[in-house]
Amino acid sequence: MIGLLPDRLYRDRRIAWAAFGVLAVLLIALPFLVEAGLGRTWVRILDFAMLYVMLALGLNIVVGFAGLLDLGYVAFYAVGAYFYAILASPQFGLHLPFWALLPMGAGIACLFGVLLGAPTLRLRGDYLAIVTLGFGEIIRIFLNNLNAPVNVTNGPQGINMIDPVRIGGHALTRPIEILGVQISGPHAHYYLFLGLTLLVIFAAIRLQHSRIGRAWAAIREDEVAAEAMGIHTRNVKLLAFAMGATFGGLGGGLFAAFQGFVSPESFTLMESIMILCMVVLGGMGHIPGVILGAVLLTMLPEALRYVGPLQQELIGRVAVDPSDLRMLLFGVALVLVMLFRPQGLWPSSMRARELRPDNPDQVRQEQESLYDAER
Amino acid sequence: MDVLLQQLINGLILGSLYALVALGYTMVYGILELINFAHGEIVMVGAMVSVSVLAALTAAGVPVALALPLALAAAVVVCVVTGVLVERIAYRPLRNAPRLAPLITAIGVSIVLQNLAMIFWGRQYLSFPPVIEVRVYDVLGATVSNIQILILVVAALTMGGLLLLVNRTRLGRAMRATAQNREVAGLMGVDVNRVIAATFIVGSALAAVAGLLIASYYGIAHYNMGFILGLKAFSAAVLGGIGNIPGALLGGLLLGVIESLGAGYIGDLTGGFLGSHYQDIFAFLILILVLTFRPSGLLGERVADRA
Amino acid sequence: MTPSAERDGGGGGEPLLAARAVTKRFGGLTALSEVSLTVQVGEIVGLIGPNGAGKTTLFNCFTGLYHPSAGTVHLEGRPLAGLKPHAVAALGLARTFQNIRLFANMSVLENVMVGRHVRTRAGVLGAVLRGPRTRAEERSIRERSLDLLDGVGLGGRADQLARHLPYGDQRRLEIARALATEPKLLALDEPAAGMNHTETAALKGLLETIRGRGVTLLLIEHDVRLMMDLCDRVAVLDYGRKIADGPPEQVQRDPAVIEAYLGAGAA
Repeated sequence: MIGLLPDRLYRDRRIAWAAFGVLAVLLIALPFLVEAGLGRTWVRILDFAMLYVMLALGLNIVVGFAGLLDLGYVAFYAVGAYFYAILASPQFGLHLPFWALLPMGAGIACLFGVLLGAPTLRLRGDYLAIVTLGFGEIIRIFLNNLNAPVNVTNGPQGINMIDPVRIGGHALTRPIEILGVQISGPHAHYYLFLGLTLLVIFAAIRLQHSRIGRAWAAIREDEVAAEAMGIHTRNVKLLAFAMGATFGGLGGGLFAAFQGFVSPESFTLMESIMILCMVVLGGMGHIPGVILGAVLLTMLPEALRYVGPLQQELIGRVAVDPSDLRMLLFGVALVLVMLFRPQGLWPSSMRARELRPDNPDQVRQEQESLYDAER
Repeated sequence: MDVLLQQLINGLILGSLYALVALGYTMVYGILELINFAHGEIVMVGAMVSVSVLAALTAAGVPVALALPLALAAAVVVCVVTGVLVERIAYRPLRNAPRLAPLITAIGVSIVLQNLAMIFWGRQYLSFPPVIEVRVYDVLGATVSNIQILILVVAALTMGGLLLLVNRTRLGRAMRATAQNREVAGLMGVDVNRVIAATFIVGSALAAVAGLLIASYYGIAHYNMGFILGLKAFSAAVLGGIGNIPGALLGGLLLGVIESLGAGYIGDLTGGFLGSHYQDIFAFLILILVLTFRPSGLLGERVADRA
Repeated sequence: MTPSAERDGGGGGEPLLAARAVTKRFGGLTALSEVSLTVQVGEIVGLIGPNGAGKTTLFNCFTGLYHPSAGTVHLEGRPLAGLKPHAVAALGLARTFQNIRLFANMSVLENVMVGRHVRTRAGVLGAVLRGPRTRAEERSIRERSLDLLDGVGLGGRADQLARHLPYGDQRRLEIARALATEPKLLALDEPAAGMNHTETAALKGLLETIRGRGVTLLLIEHDVRLMMDLCDRVAVLDYGRKIADGPPEQVQRDPAVIEAYLGAGAA
């Protein structure tokens, strides 16, 4: 009987693995193809795309898997980035090794996630969203102002000359020749980020199809029933929050080392919203969708830069600054997706309709929080 | 000069502005249980419209006594239209969706409004035309300007008008009934859609007034002024008890005073470790603390009792 | 009211569930007033009463969803006071819901697998590394869940979304999910609601099988015939008070019960 049943979980995983294999081959050649076709700037953009895939997958654990809206995700990204920047730059003259700091930064971000989540996770969804947003703003205000009386963050100027990633004494920012092939800084970072991204994807897939992943999904579907079935909802939600924060911190460390410079400007609410857009647009809870969303939204603004020259050609002047247009389009896209395709561009076939209000009972249940009834 | 009194007065004036904006949040929340995230942007639109109309009119030689009401009227019209459109496009289709869906569209709408304003008015600050000659009065060692007094008076009148509307009119009764229980109100013959639209109209009109006053308070208007302002006003509404109109007034005034006193004294309190640029932190701290420890706010009834 | 106080109710031995003078007030409304109820190991106990009598409220007080305003509830002699629902489930009391609360967008199988959560251990690290122990645990979760689905007759629907099941199947899936938590006591809130005669008869067989496997049952139900056929003992609630408790035949003849159900004069 068991053997005859179509084995969805395992089949899903196999498809994912097969896609993985084909993609991996393509992805190895990608930076060279891109450089040949579009120039080296686009290799850097590729690097950022990888970074955002990691961040979006982290947020997806919180928003997509567990159904908790986190609008302050960038705070954890900032914690990871500044942790590395402070301990590996001339700011304090400390130059601790990248490979030690990266996991530590992720750990610190995780700790922040727990500290924020522990008191607030019993809040209803929209309240939680606002509280996380407030937390993100608080972190940014501190980054902006912690340059006095002791100069920790260097205020709005940010921290410069951050140590690059080193592999076996070789700084990744310098070009190197391997087997007669020139590997530039962006190329090397691409392979590093690709490797880490694959690890993150692997972890996310395994988490989703695990005991914990099912508990997250159960909480997202019906918190009261999940609790009644023996799931310690507060702890399991906290776990989602902590995992998301860990991924955020990891991304932050990579960002600081790659960019060589961090400032509060990189960690505004808009950044949180952008990462949320990647998750929502791609397809909340569906890993391939989230990856697609992250890649698309990293590329789109770069592509929109060509809108300037295009206007020049068509109407003889730049009527609308392309970077202005870019945010406008994001806003429009968010509204349209929620209205017409709430499940995202590439939803999972199983859970295609969780955000569609076609079941009033379910909606009502979602609106009652666990202990509301008693308060 | 008495610093404490001065900070109190500043806080009160700032707080009355927060209260005006907080009312918009609390009214919509009371009726739809929706955080109208875009409300701060409506205030921004009000500020931008009133400043640019006022500037245009005074430049054309229209006397101030006429230009000011005209600017306000223009702001009210634009804000109301924007507010109603936002409700129609972004909220109404999602009225029975899970909570997070309208919150996400609201964020989208905020981004759209902000960027439209940026494209329309540009990135630079619009300055409030110096139509009123500033006079400063001395009150018990603190100073108050005539503009500040005007702000306080207009804010008080507006809020008084709102209280009358809610407590004394048919529309107000329908609003209160809808806030109590939307379904029952519908069964009792209240046109719920009309009430919701009316709530957005009233809230947006308040936002227009607030926009004008805030622009005159700071002397400037800017396309991204709405976001932080909206967040603070929302914090004020939460502090007072979201959904509760007197609560929004109290929360707004309290937040204004706390911010103003806090900014004045935070340096002394922390031994110079934190300076006055941390002013913005108070609203968020209050927001987090209130939501964590007393989600019903100071005056709020227990929201869940209704369910 | 101490745990060692005298025990009332049917039969000897320590009761599996012992509720003593449970009172629940919501503001000014008293939903339950000093309700005592015991359930012995191996029994099937029915809880009946008119709508609004407080049956579901009592269930909620047992399962940690509500906390009684006064009175105590013990499971196998252990007090449930202050325990959250997940802790109650871990102690061996599982439930179903009157207004079916499945995980609508998860598969039928996954719904049951969630029920295994409380009896399994794998954490984040286990999930990511998936060592031999985690793999073995996952396998046992699946096998156990599939068995349970077969047991309630849903073996062929394991891969469908829970929301796509017909109503009666959804009720049975809730039972399978609750059984997956390995309860000692299974509390069912109107399991036959919305079922036709055939389905109800099948349900009766299912519940007897479940009892045969050593699970004690407590159920709320409006189908009087099912209750009379199935239950060893029936307790009746009316306006938040217990007005009768005993074997079905006896309760059926109880004038207080007849009055509560049919109104005065109908007897």
